[in-house]
Amino acid sequence: MTNSKILPDVETLAARIPDGAKLAIFKDNGVAMEATRALIRRGARDLHVITVPTSAFQAELLIAAGCVGTIETSGVTMWELGQAPAFVRAVKTGAVRILDSTCPAIYAQFQAGEKGIPFIPIRGLIGSGLLDVRDDYKIIDNPFGADGGPDAGPDSETDPIVVLPAIRPDVALFHAPKADREGNVYIGRQLELKTIAHAALASCVTVEEIVEDNLMEDEATGGATIPAMYITGVASAPEGALPLPMPGYYAGDTDYLQRYCLAARSENGLADWLANEGLVPRAAAE
Amino acid sequence: MSDYRTEELLIEVIARLLEGVENIAVGVLSPIPGSAAILAQDRSIEPVRVSVIGAKLPGYRTDGGIDLFDQAAQGRLGAFFLSGGQIDGAGNINLLGVGDYPGTEARWSGSFGSAFLYYVVPRVILFREEHTPRTLVDEVDFISAAGSSPPNVHRPGGPYALVTNRCLFMFDKTRGRFRLESVHAGETLQSVRDNTGFDFDCPDTVPETPGPEAKTLKQIRHDIAPKIADPYPRFAAEVLGYTAPGQAAE
Repeated sequence: MTNSKILPDVETLAARIPDGAKLAIFKDNGVAMEATRALIRRGARDLHVITVPTSAFQAELLIAAGCVGTIETSGVTMWELGQAPAFVRAVKTGAVRILDSTCPAIYAQFQAGEKGIPFIPIRGLIGSGLLDVRDDYKIIDNPFGADGGPDAGPDSETDPIVVLPAIRPDVALFHAPKADREGNVYIGRQLELKTIAHAALASCVTVEEIVEDNLMEDEATGGATIPAMYITGVASAPEGALPLPMPGYYAGDTDYLQRYCLAARSENGLADWLANEGLVPRAAAE
Repeated sequence: MSDYRTEELLIEVIARLLEGVENIAVGVLSPIPGSAAILAQDRSIEPVRVSVIGAKLPGYRTDGGIDLFDQAAQGRLGAFFLSGGQIDGAGNINLLGVGDYPGTEARWSGSFGSAFLYYVVPRVILFREEHTPRTLVDEVDFISAAGSSPPNVHRPGGPYALVTNRCLFMFDKTRGRFRLESVHAGETLQSVRDNTGFDFDCPDTVPETPGPEAKTLKQIRHDIAPKIADPYPRFAAEVLGYTAPGQAAE
C-alpha cells in the first residue's frame, strides 16, 4: 500500500515549505539538517524562522544562505565554537529582523497553540527589556486577583503577569529516529516535538529509517510517537542530522562546524564555503 | 603559593553556595558550575538531584526544556546558574548585546531562559570568570533579566551570589545591591574596586576566600572529573587532568 505521507525524497519535502512560511525548528537532538540543505538548494526566501527555543547551526545556515526574513529566537549560538557569525552580522546590520524571546516563553506560546487558546500567561519577564522590544508581550492583572490560587502574587492586590500570544507556525520541520508506513513518527526522548507538531499547521519530518511495523501499536514506542494525523510529509534521510549529532545513531562532526565558523568570519569566506558545499539555489548553480 | 587552580577554587566556592539545595540544574557551557553541583551532591547527606544540560542523561528530565522550565515555575528547582556579557550593580544581567537594540555595537546570542529563571529559581548564582569593568558595569545596555522587582510582582527567585575569578559577592535583596563577601588569594579590596564598574557594599575587613582542602582537591580530580567529562571531556582533561578510558587526550 502506498501512503501519500511518505515522500520520495527530501527535495519533495522541502518543496512543501513555501517562501514566507512561519517555520518552527527544534534546538535539540532532532535537527533536520539534510532538509535544511534542501531548502537552501530550493532557494527558499523570506522565511520567518522560530527556534524552539534556540538554535545553533541550522538557523545560522539558513541565515547565511539568505533564506530568512525574520528570526524569532531565545538565542542563536554555535555553543562551544562561539558566536554564530552570519546571525550576528544579519542582526547587527538589520538584514534579518529579530524577535528576541526567552526559552520558556516560546515553549508556552507553542503550548497555547496546541491548546487552541489565543494567549497564555507566564511568570517572570517583568522588568526585562524584552517587554520593551516585543509589542506582542503584554502585562495584565491576574483576573483572579491576589487570591487566585497557590501561585498568585503574595502581597499584591493586582498581581501583574505577562501574557504571550499563541504560536501556530505554518510548518514544523524536524528530524526523528523512525517513521512507519502510515506516517507515525517515533521521537524517542525528544517529547517537546509533540508540542511543536501539535501547534503547527503542518509538520514535515525526516527520519533515519522507515520501518515496516506500526509504531503506534507497539507498546514500547507508542508513547513516544507522534500520530500520523499531525504529520504532513515524511522523507527518509539517513544521517539527516549531520553535522549535528543524533543520539543512538551518530555523533556530530565538530571539525566540520569549526571549519564553517572559520570560513564564515568574512562574507567572502562564507560565500566560498556555501558554493563549495553546493549550498546555493539550484537555478544559480546551473 | 596555592596548590590548586583557580577553576578548582571556583568549584569549591560554588559548591558551598549550593549547600542545602535539593534540585540543581546547570545550563550549557558551564563546566565549573557543573563540577560544583556534582561536588555539592557528593558532600550532601540528604539526596541531591543534579541535572547537567548537555549530558547524555540529563538527570531528572526527559525532554530538552519544557520539563526544566515547568519544574522551575513550580518552585521545584532550587538553584540555577546564569551569566552575562554585562552584569550591573543592581543585579541586572545582559545576554543580548551592547549599543542600541538589537545590539549595534556588539550582538550576542540572545537572552535564553534568563528572563524567566532569574525570577522563579530561589538561588540563582551568577558566574562570570572575567572580572573587569567591561563585564561588571554600572548599568547594563539591555536588561535580559532584572535583578529586583517591585514589591507587587510575584517573584520567588532572584540573584543569590556573584562568583568571579577575583571574588565572591552576595546579593542583598533588601538593598538590591551586591556585598563583597571575600576576595580570592592574590586579590585585595582595592584590586576588586579597580576592576568593578559598579559600586558595592563591603565589610570593614574583607576576608580571603577559603581555598579547597587537600581532601576536596582529591575529590574534584578523582570523583568529580569522570562525571563532568560528560558533557565536558575537554574541561575534565585540560583542567582536572582526567581522560576517559578509550578517549585520546587532546
